[in-house]
Amino acid sequence: MSLRTPLFLLSIAGFTAFILWGLIGLPAFGNYQGPYGDIINGQVVSERHATNAVSAVNFDYRGMDTIGEEFILFVSVAGCTLLLRTGLDEQLVEKRNLAAEGRSYSTSSAVKSMCLVLAVPASLYGWYIVAHGQLTPGGGFQGGVIMASAAIFLYLAGEYVVMRRLNPMWLLELGESIGAGGYVLIGLSGLAAGAAFLQNILPLGSEGSVNSSGTIWAISMVVGLEVSTAFVVLMLEFLEQLLELQPRRPR
Amino acid sequence: MSVFPWIVTAWLFAIGLWGVISSRNLIHQVLCLAIIQSSTYVLLLAIGYKTDEGAPIFVTAPSGSPAVDPVVQALTLTDVVVEATVVALLLSLAVQAWKRFGTLDPDRLRVLKG
Repeated sequence: MSLRTPLFLLSIAGFTAFILWGLIGLPAFGNYQGPYGDIINGQVVSERHATNAVSAVNFDYRGMDTIGEEFILFVSVAGCTLLLRTGLDEQLVEKRNLAAEGRSYSTSSAVKSMCLVLAVPASLYGWYIVAHGQLTPGGGFQGGVIMASAAIFLYLAGEYVVMRRLNPMWLLELGESIGAGGYVLIGLSGLAAGAAFLQNILPLGSEGSVNSSGTIWAISMVVGLEVSTAFVVLMLEFLEQLLELQPRRPR
Repeated sequence: MSVFPWIVTAWLFAIGLWGVISSRNLIHQVLCLAIIQSSTYVLLLAIGYKTDEGAPIFVTAPSGSPAVDPVVQALTLTDVVVEATVVALLLSLAVQAWKRFGTLDPDRLRVLKG
């Protein structure tokens, strides 16, 4: 430790200087020069009838990259579920009695009541953000996280057992599979219709209405489903470690 | 100051790297990795910015009005959500390390067993 710190500080100083030298060679901040962004901004409303250029880029112009990102998310959640599985020396109980074990914690009643009130509006707001992904800032990813937070609000309101029963694992896994597989199926439907994979083949509709921009809306919905169920699964896995696992008594 | 975003990027990267290397706690290490990823978001968004132009949303602004680059914003927003799940995966590794070895110190986890 005595030699490691000054050696590392020296090398990090050199590394930072090198990075800054490279970054300062970029066009000045505010002077974006590349033509790709300007072309998309000019064409997105007329070509795709979508007013949110960011969602159109995500789910249409660069839809292949987003499929890869969504599967990174899917595989991370699968890995997390695998790592936090019940071990040989643990067993699942309905709810550990932490107070009896001497480890209790209490939440303030302000948090509990506020979270109880916010659970349903948060879910509705998340659906709104997902469904209007092609119109206003939002889309599947952002709205999915907001929907997952509705389940977290239920836990914070002190209703862990209720939240567990409202989100059974088979339903969450079904939602995740529909989300991830649905994206691929929408792409394959492009192939089935004689066009390219993930090509926008649905009718484009009139801009400004929810039913517009073809597959961008459909992909936004399935991505919202996938992201929300993935985050609820993650949270339940971690909470299970604390609240449901206990060491198995040796026979 | 027009070089300020690049300085912020380099600083976040350096301080996150310092945190990862000198860390004594797995959870602290994972969060420093998240700081390094934040520096890439700052870089991406700073590259696509155009001075005094609006967001790439054309609900009230007519199509063709000046807007910043939407491609880097699309990259950043998917990356933020995916990073959260990758951080969860790394934290579950930390949970298992605590359960199996009783320590969260990466220096003491060095010895391979079996």
